[in-house]
Amino acid sequence: MADAVQSVSTSNRPPVLEIEGLKKHFPIKKGFLRRTSGHVFAVDGVSLKIHEGEALGLVGESGCGKSTVGRVILRLIEPTEGVIRVGGEDIRQLSKRELKPFRRQMQIIFQDPYSSLNPRMTAGDIVGEPLSTHGIATGRKREELVAALFDRVGLTRVQMKSFPHQFSGGQRQRIGIARALALNPKLIICDEPVSALDVSIQAQVINLLMDLQRELGLSYLFISHNLSVVEHISQRIAVMYLGKIVEYADKVTIFTKAAHPYTEALLSAVPVPDPRIRRKKIVLQGDVPSPVKPPSGCHFHTRCPYVVDRCKVEAPALREIAPRQFVACHLR
Amino acid sequence: MSQPQALQAAPMNTGMGNKRQAKGITGIAVADPLLTVADLKTYFFTRNGTVKAVDGMSFAIARGETLAIVGESGCGKSMTALSLMRLIADPPGRIVGGEVVLDGVDLLQLPEAQMRAMRGRDISMIFQEPMTSLNPVMTIGKQIAEVLTMHTRLSRDELQKKVVEMLALVKIPEPAQRAKEYPHQLSGGMRQRAMIAMALACSPKVLLADEPTTALDVTIQAQILELIVDLQRRLGTAVVLITHDLGVVAETAKRVIVMYAGRKVEEASAEDLFGDPLHPYTEGLMASIPRLGLMRGEGAEVDRLQEIPGIVPPLYNLPAGCVFAPRCPRADDKCRSEYPPYEEKRPRHWAACWHAGERANG
Repeated sequence: MADAVQSVSTSNRPPVLEIEGLKKHFPIKKGFLRRTSGHVFAVDGVSLKIHEGEALGLVGESGCGKSTVGRVILRLIEPTEGVIRVGGEDIRQLSKRELKPFRRQMQIIFQDPYSSLNPRMTAGDIVGEPLSTHGIATGRKREELVAALFDRVGLTRVQMKSFPHQFSGGQRQRIGIARALALNPKLIICDEPVSALDVSIQAQVINLLMDLQRELGLSYLFISHNLSVVEHISQRIAVMYLGKIVEYADKVTIFTKAAHPYTEALLSAVPVPDPRIRRKKIVLQGDVPSPVKPPSGCHFHTRCPYVVDRCKVEAPALREIAPRQFVACHLR
Repeated sequence: MSQPQALQAAPMNTGMGNKRQAKGITGIAVADPLLTVADLKTYFFTRNGTVKAVDGMSFAIARGETLAIVGESGCGKSMTALSLMRLIADPPGRIVGGEVVLDGVDLLQLPEAQMRAMRGRDISMIFQEPMTSLNPVMTIGKQIAEVLTMHTRLSRDELQKKVVEMLALVKIPEPAQRAKEYPHQLSGGMRQRAMIAMALACSPKVLLADEPTTALDVTIQAQILELIVDLQRRLGTAVVLITHDLGVVAETAKRVIVMYAGRKVEEASAEDLFGDPLHPYTEGLMASIPRLGLMRGEGAEVDRLQEIPGIVPPLYNLPAGCVFAPRCPRADDKCRSEYPPYEEKRPRHWAACWHAGERANG
């Protein structure tokens, strides 16, 4: 697994973030005594590495654990197991105070711009809050920094005095981005940042994120269920299914030579906006199984069109099947 | 704001007995229409002013046809569907004008009791979020049976048989078992299937599908779309598919209407619309979606996506002239002062634009 983390990228710049064997099992408590009756295996051994200035797309369907990965990296949720290295240092065991400088390097943008902004704070205060919390700037200086951030994300300075409900969805997402940028982070975790937006607004926000990446040398962990968006924004892509990475490679490889049957099906299910193209679709049968009782062996075997007996008993390891292409499948 | 005049003369056929003939519509006409919507207007009267959610919507659809209505949030596509079902909350909303003629009957003129008899039997609707539109304290089987009891006179055994048959039709595994379960026990995809079973239980002539796959994962979306297309072919239902996803449109619909701020801005066959969009809004929408280019052997070059600048204007405060003008690259003084007529610019390809078909750069 550690090898996998090493070699997918061709970047020679230092990694901003490395995670190894990351696990998060949520206990299910039942009854009066709140005894643990089982676990939700939300993230079950994920290893990834993001270099400076790179965008890594993390793709999967609802419930596959992709958002949990993002939150565990920030330690908004405590991991059950695994290593999280930020700038080479393991932050998993750090205390809250020790963690603070690392938090400055990593920020997050959430999916829903309606519920992730405090409705009683002005947009200016929302963006300026991290500057105060981290003791970077107050008063007039903070105001100036916030104004510059508003310019940067395409909002007007007059809007600093407005409240979230006075903004449209796209503008709210810009506030979220400005807040994330306030501390000059190296890495931004984007958790479905455009899923709640209309198509025409989606493009505005994607363009903004890409411009910022180029200008500020940011790294992104771009979590999304939308493969077209991920294709557009990221250089490398990891596909998750039920808490595990099933395929991990650079973008071109994923989109031209996908090897895992799940990646194949996922790609073929995306509707193409061109009526002249009639593709042969692979329509998967059934639903994603519950992460409480993941299927034995390969988690995907219940829906896989190529399943053989071995898949039902033995979990496949993530192997390098071609240079810098990692796939967890017995048949590849 | 003056409405464009209907360009086609209304066919005045007297041989239809007392069946009502729909007026001619501004838009693509179909031979032998099953459902005709003519100049439908649904307004909401709010404190901020009158919101013209649907402002002069017209279309016709034939038996077994699929028509897609595309647009962004607030463009009036869902309100159109709800108006057809007469499910607009009054107050604040009201259908203030137009006709909805289904098989010779103007739904807007029916008394509520008769309309209720039509819903589910002649015209059905499925919604985006199956969890919020199913009754959480009633089993799936009971909810499907409810539709059947309203519209048919089946015995209890026949009812039970029909429910299981419907669940099997929408490919729910172990249908007899599932009929006894509650909505929360089913996954999102299964709930949507159950809702489709309910909507189709009485074999309606028209199915209004309002964003039926938006809340679902892509692999499940593929299953549901396949199911709708398959059932439509078997039962001959006319489907009005309402969606914001141009990919879904391209893969399922033959004909498309694009809406913006309560009105039609363009309509054509899917081939014409995607191949040669005439309205700058349609063109902008298509350019702004990221496409899976790599899969089709296009370069790995990452271009900026084309944006449509600005936002949809609030509907209670629409600009004078063309509503899209403030965001439009082709807008000139005429666009800002006068609303363009909705016209047939090419054979069976309509648009409302003073500069239809001109490319932004040319």
